Amino acid sequence: MTVCIELNGEPIATAAATLADLLDEKGYNGAVVATALNGTFLPKGLRAATPLSDGDAVEVVAPMQGG
Amino acid sequence: MDFYGFEPSSRLFLGTAQYPSPAVLGEAIRASGAEVVTVSLRRESGAARAGQGFWELIRSLGVRVLPNTAGCHSVREAVTTAEMAREVFETDWIKLEVIGEDDTLQPDVFGLVEAARILTDSGFKVFPYTTEDLVVAERLLQAGCEVLMPWGAPIGSGRGLNNVFALRAMRAHFPDVPLVVDAGIGLPSHAAAAMELGYDAVLLNTAVAKAGDPARMAAAFAQAVAAGRAAREADPMEPRDMAEPSTPVIGRAVLGDA
Repeated sequence: MTVCIELNGEPIATAAATLADLLDEKGYNGAVVATALNGTFLPKGLRAATPLSDGDAVEVVAPMQGG
Repeated sequence: MDFYGFEPSSRLFLGTAQYPSPAVLGEAIRASGAEVVTVSLRRESGAARAGQGFWELIRSLGVRVLPNTAGCHSVREAVTTAEMAREVFETDWIKLEVIGEDDTLQPDVFGLVEAARILTDSGFKVFPYTTEDLVVAERLLQAGCEVLMPWGAPIGSGRGLNNVFALRAMRAHFPDVPLVVDAGIGLPSHAAAAMELGYDAVLLNTAVAKAGDPARMAAAFAQAVAAGRAAREADPMEPRDMAEPSTPVIGRAVLGDA
């Protein structure tokens, strides 16, 4: 089944069933990232148990330069 | 002086943004002697994975990271960003920024206090980027903050200490709270002035990153911070309005008409 979501602001269609599957599908394997689902922090340990639904907004962030 | 139990040997905290290259960033951090550097979180692409190399570089330098919530304009954004930062950087330190106004990047002090309360309640050690307002400072302490970081001048402006009177009052009013001048410092002399006022540390970024020679400027800041701190410990003289001869008057030879 395909769902339409937003990943970092970009609309995408994905067959990923869970957030963990989505990260694998999009090439994040092994990367140090944090995730938020619909504006709420989603801890690493919950990604595999978090299903994706139409309209979900997923944010994936990583360390970056900062002041 | 300690920051949530951590006693850095350097009182210079350095930002990691805007350097011409990762190599120059690494050189500048080493030259600064800084043990605490600020970092951020931004969207990562699974294809580019730009953040991964940056994180490897920072880890290789053996410094302690202070993640920020830069760019957050609401309590919710700031809290979510802090939670993500805690997982990624494996630290409960957070430089809390809740921006209220885009021209000056002035903190939204109402949102700041609210976010500080939420974060300290969930175990964060909050370094709030605030103004020099004493009432706000008191509320931040009541919210659980054990460090305060008033601005010197707007972020990136390089204007130095805009309100020395208020910064001095803040130091006097909170003699035992670790205070860091964060933002607005443009020159080593500004950093030295903050240390002479009795601030425990300074946090700066653009002044080093945008210098023609960032590593050399980082070293200059390290010297200025050390000099300013030493001056504070040496108990500076009070300024006077009138001249006072430094050379003794007694024993002066009389050599003609006065």
